[in-house]
Amino acid sequence: MMLTRHLILNPAAALLLATAAMAAPAADTSAGTQLEYWSAQAGAPGQAARGQAFFTSRHGGEWSCSSCHGTPPIREGRHATTDKSINPLAPAFNPRSFTDSARSDKWFRRNCKDVLNRECSAGEKADVLAYLLQLKP
Amino acid sequence: MSLPHHTHPGHALAALLSSLSLALGLAGPAAADDDERGMPRPVPPAYSSECGSCHLAFPPGALPAASWKHIMAGLDKHYGSNASLDDATRRQLDTWLQTHAGTWKRVGEAPPEDRITRSAWFQRKHRHIRDAVWTHASVKRPANCSACHPGAERGDFDDDHLKIPPGLPLHLRWAWFD
Ligand code: HEC
Ligand code: HEC
Ligand code: HEC
Repeated sequence: MMLTRHLILNPAAALLLATAAMAAPAADTSAGTQLEYWSAQAGAPGQAARGQAFFTSRHGGEWSCSSCHGTPPIREGRHATTDKSINPLAPAFNPRSFTDSARSDKWFRRNCKDVLNRECSAGEKADVLAYLLQLKP
Repeated sequence: MSLPHHTHPGHALAALLSSLSLALGLAGPAAADDDERGMPRPVPPAYSSECGSCHLAFPPGALPAASWKHIMAGLDKHYGSNASLDDATRRQLDTWLQTHAGTWKRVGEAPPEDRITRSAWFQRKHRHIRDAVWTHASVKRPANCSACHPGAERGDFDDDHLKIPPGLPLHLRWAWFD
């Protein structure tokens, strides 16, 4: 990653940030900032329609993003295997969503590998963010 | 909360730990911690946030050290999910899990697939529960402890604090009354 949009933290501080996120949003970033960031990385603005198609398709595997986050992801989702509830992903429905860049990066990495068997590209992340940001109450 | 990054990590951690445990009501007397299956205190915040995001943060005493070690070494292929962590967090949780792993005799042997739900103690404690209960819509999986143990998040598995999963037919309920 060339551009960084967050502080480089030592592991102890990163842990603290994760802790702080449980009590109140760590708020080192926002969904809008992350959209700008990934659009810049991709060299093109994220597109909501493409993001929606990406989010709701199974990419040859067992799951789509919707399998756990729901369609549209504006309500509590349920983990497809464990059934544990998951807070709404769309930022307008969950003030904590996308406010901690380390957390977003971690879940993008994990969930993209689960759904696509690879990491998501910058363009795919920008598209997903554009889609999520356009979901409004 | 925005965290000043010059805060001394040690002090801030101690302060956060205590405010967190207060916030979560963990500071009071631990409920029914009379055996190793309860939650040791304090629980590292990373354990709750990292190991409690896809399922309940399971009590460390429910598995032997060998199982935790194995689980923590294979987080990128974790029961069909990617649960990988940064190395520092992984090591921290690994150490904590090993320290508080179950040692009493029924936990002694690593169960198949390192699953709590396939261990001898689990099957013995739940031997009165019929197969149809585990797959009922309001339970879905044996590992979904909170479906029947409402205090599971706090490590409370006392059989006096059980709940009947909603909609469970009468003839499947008798394990709850003995
Ligand atoms: C197998 C279940 C599952 C699937 C499939 C899944 N997710 Fe997730 N996702 C989760 C869980 C669990 C969390 C953490 C929720 C929490 O802690 O509140 C999460 C969190 C996230 C976050 C973090 C949000 C934030 O606040 O920063 C992002 C981003 C995300 N998922 C994107 C995706 C995308 C994109 C896909 C599809 C490629 C996807 N997810 C598929 C389970 C899943
Ligand atoms: C990305 C999602 C995810 C994360 C994060 C995660 N797990 Fe899991 N875990 C799963 C899934 C899925 C299963 C299988 C559940 C089932 O089959 O019922 C599972 C099962 C388990 C089981 C076996 C439960 C049984 O059946 O007895 C243990 C123990 C476990 N996880 C421990 C951990 C620990 C420790 C961590 C933190 C380092 C962790 N998990 C983080 C998804 C996750
Ligand atoms: C379908 C409901 C159900 C699920 C799911 C479930 N349990 Fe239980 N559990 C029970 C019942 C009912 C009892 C009491 C059984 C009896 O006394 O015959 C019990 C007893 C126990 C006991 C013994 C309590 C005592 O006071 O002796 C422990 C420990 C326990 N369960 C742990 C777990 C853990 C850990 C999980 C998840 C990995 C789990 N249970 C999942 C229903 C469930």
